[in-house]
Parts: sequence; C-alpha cells; structure tokens
Amino acid sequence: MTAAFLGMLQRLGRWGLSALERLGRGTVFFVYVIGGFPEILRRGRLIVAQIYAVGALSLVIIVVSGIFVGMVLGLQGYNTLVDFGASESLGELVALSLVRELGPVVTALLYAGRAGSALTAEIGLMKTTEQLSAMEMMAVDPLHRVIAPRLLAGIISMPLLAAIFSILGVYGGHFVGVTLLGVDDGAYWSQMQATVDWYDDILNGVIKSFVFGIVVTWIALFEGYDTAPTSEGISRATTRTVVNSSLAVLGLDFVLTALMFNK
Amino acid sequence: MGGYRRISAPDQPRSARMQNNNKNSSEPLVRIRGLIFKRGQRAIFDNVDIDIRRGGITAIMGPSGCGKTTLLRLIGGQLKPLSGSVRVDGIEVPRLSRRALMNLRKRMGMLFQSGALLTDLNVFENVAFPLREHTPLPEAVIRDLVLMKLEAVGLRGARGLMAAQLSGGMARRVALARAIALEPMMIMYDEPFTGQDPISMGVLVRLIKSLNEALGITSVIVSHDIQETVSIADYVYILSAGKIVGQGTPAELAGTNSQWVRQFMQALSDGPVRFHYPAPSITEDLQL
Repeated sequence: MTAAFLGMLQRLGRWGLSALERLGRGTVFFVYVIGGFPEILRRGRLIVAQIYAVGALSLVIIVVSGIFVGMVLGLQGYNTLVDFGASESLGELVALSLVRELGPVVTALLYAGRAGSALTAEIGLMKTTEQLSAMEMMAVDPLHRVIAPRLLAGIISMPLLAAIFSILGVYGGHFVGVTLLGVDDGAYWSQMQATVDWYDDILNGVIKSFVFGIVVTWIALFEGYDTAPTSEGISRATTRTVVNSSLAVLGLDFVLTALMFNK
Repeated sequence: MGGYRRISAPDQPRSARMQNNNKNSSEPLVRIRGLIFKRGQRAIFDNVDIDIRRGGITAIMGPSGCGKTTLLRLIGGQLKPLSGSVRVDGIEVPRLSRRALMNLRKRMGMLFQSGALLTDLNVFENVAFPLREHTPLPEAVIRDLVLMKLEAVGLRGARGLMAAQLSGGMARRVALARAIALEPMMIMYDEPFTGQDPISMGVLVRLIKSLNEALGITSVIVSHDIQETVSIADYVYILSAGKIVGQGTPAELAGTNSQWVRQFMQALSDGPVRFHYPAPSITEDLQL
C-alpha cells in the first residue's frame, strides 16, 4: 500500500518536473522568437503571407460560426427576455455576450482548431523533413525566419477575427430577433448603443482576443517545433495543441474576466 | 555583408578559395582531435581523430547507426561534442557564438539525405533562398545566378516545379544547386546515393566529382554505398562502434588486412560486426 502510494507520488513528481521543464523551454522559445520581431517587421511580405495563412483562411469558419452563434443568442435571449417584457433589451444582451465573452473565446477555440493545428503540423513536418535543419546549415535562423512571422501573424489576426465574429453575431441576433421575431429595430440598436461601453466592453474584449492570439499561436508553434520527428509525434503534437490551447483559453478567460469586469 | 562580398565579386573569393583548398596545403580544412560524443550512455565517438584535406573528396563510411550523420552535425555546429576539438578552417566550432557560427555556415554547404527542400517554394526559389537571405543582390543577378546553378545540375528546365513534383534524384540535385549557391568552401553530403536508381546515382557521382574539381570545393561524403563513394573519394575513413577502424586511400583500403575494413568493403554479412544481435544460445531459447 505504502509502495503503491510512493510510486504514485513518484509519477506525479516526474510528471510535474517534466511539465515545468517544457514550460521553461517554451518560455525560452517564446522570448527568442520575440527577439526576431524587429528583423521580421522589416520584411512585411513574410508577415502578410502568414496573415493570409492563419487569418484569411480561418475566415470561413469564423464567419459561419459568428452568424450562427448570434442567431442562437438572439433566439435564446428573446425567449428569456420576452417573459419579463424586456425583449427590447435583446440588442444589449447579444452585443455584451459577444463582445465580452463569446467573440474572443469562441474565436480563439475555433482558431486553435483551424489555424493552430495547421501551424503545428506544418512546423512539425518541416522539422521531420529536415527543412529547419537545412535552414540552420544555410545560416538562416528558423526561429526568426519561420516561427517569428507566424507568431506575429497570429497576434495580429486573432483580434481581427474576433471582431468579425462579434459583428456578424450582432447581425445574426438582429436577423432572428428583429426580422423573424418582431423585436423593434430601433430598440435593438439603441439599447446596444446605450449600454455597450467602448473601453469597458469593446477594448477589454480586444485585449482578451489579443492575449488569446499570443497564447494559442505560441502553443501551436512550440508544439510543432518541439515535436518528435515522426508521424506519430506530429499527430500527438497536433492533438496537444488543440487540447492545451483550449484549456489555456478557458482558464485565461476566467482570470481576465475577473480582472476586467470584477466590481 | 560578408555574404554580399563573396557573391558580388565571385572571381576574388574563388581564387582565394582555390588557394585555400590547394590539395598540397598541409593544413586540413577540418581537423578533429580526441572527439568524444555520447547519446545517453552510448558512445557515438570515442576519442576519434579525423582530418579533411582541402580541395579533396573525403568519404566517411561505416554501418548504419555508427554516427556518420552525427559527425556532419558536429562539423556544422548543430551538435556539441562532450570533449575534443572540431576545427574548421582553423576555427574551433563548438566554442563559436551563434553569430560567428552563422557566419561560418555561410561558407559551408550541406546536402541532406532527403534533400530538405523547402516545400512551400518552387525549385527556383529554393536555390534563390540563401542568396535572398544573405545578399542584397538585385533580382536580375539572383535570377542569373540561380539559372547558372540549376544549369550546373541539369535542372534549369525544372525551375518552376514544386518540391513535391520532383523525383528523389532531382530533389537532391536541386538541393546541391542550393548548397553551392553561396559558393561555399566545403560541402557535406549526407548519404547522397541512398535510394537512387542507377541513372540518378551515376548523375550524382559525376556531379559531386565535377563540382569538386571545377569549384575547388572540399567535399565530405557520408555514405555506405561503397562502390559509388570509393570511385570518387581521395581518402576514406571507416567508422564502427565509435572508433575509426580503417583509413586510407581507396587503393590502400583494398589491400588492407583489417577484418573490419574487409567486412565493410566486401559487404560480408558476418565478421567483427556480428550478423546475430547478442542473444542467449538458440538451444537455450528454444528449450531443447
């Protein structure tokens, strides 16, 4: 019994040390990549190409999801508010839900599944096929030439994707609430305008999506760079990207919400 | 700018390099002394000395897993030895700062076993990659240089193809064109003949030989394709179990009495390198 308990403690300790060691390596990786930003900022074409790959190519899923999430919010919100005779507040409910929470969080989760997994697989495959080693031997630093533009593109793209998600969600809610269920059009927009604050709501939402952009892209790139150079290694790294990014987004969302909206 | 000076005045560095790579020069381009490198408890190199002569073709041969590729990575500074000295052109590689190492690598080329072409770029852009990264040359000059390098490997007509559209042999020739783009002082070939059909193999053998002679480049070939490698090598090292078990010119090795060398050169299935992995006796295992 004691031996089993000690064995469990040993495994827990080993897992903890391994997790801390990976976190340390990930942090060194992140700092080193950030060091490549000044060099990469002078080569705009590299960043634009990556914004297209991680941002523009994620648009379809973000647009479709934004519209549907907004429509669901409109429907659920109307069904609840109408019982209290407050259906005119639908615009406020939809906008605040999207701008404060659903926009940044759902976009980050979708981004982790679409762009994050693609980044991990791409970098992992580049490592497996020795492309990163070849760059090193050509005196080109792959962390600055390959990783830095992707990280920067992720940081730029996430707030834009979250904004698009929220805007389309507001229109989705408008379509269901106003066009289908008969909520007053003027009330929908004026309630929204009166209650959604530029700094408290919109700016905080943008900050959230900015933080999520950094974290998800960092995890995706590190998992790809740190992968075992085998097909199984890439498969595991891609899975870890989606799982770890999603958990990090949800955990950070709570922390950021507590800091931003705690009264 | 160092790269720019090399490329913008190709005659000067080439003549200087030819002088550096003079085969009569007594100082080897790569000088390895007392090299010890381990993976876990296993010694990949145990007190190994190797000299790579300037302007020559030196072959590093040995059975799979004996550390041939590791040796190239140690010379290129991608790995650091546990102890010992790895000097390239008089520079102690393991002690270099990252910046100095990058500068040294601009003077080295490496051909990876898989070619390691950048898969998001076409053939032209792959060869242009080191030129774009290290030189401020105008586009017209880069175009001319790339086409000349591709002409040298016979693939000028394939400039528009993507890496995925190339055969294994073509990919290695493109990688070779990329490796010589900055006109390096040495090229390291990692298993250049593995998995090639006879025609591709013949093409690669001739290319390595002709580039070595035409450009005065020092070549290091890591391979276990005996016939092809020995046919062009000036000097051969045979590695096994972390040691050098034989060395000399191909003619010297052909006449050696060493059991190790004979087993390897004649592709014998049993010898110092045992056919059977260590195991209890068959009678014991089958409980007879």
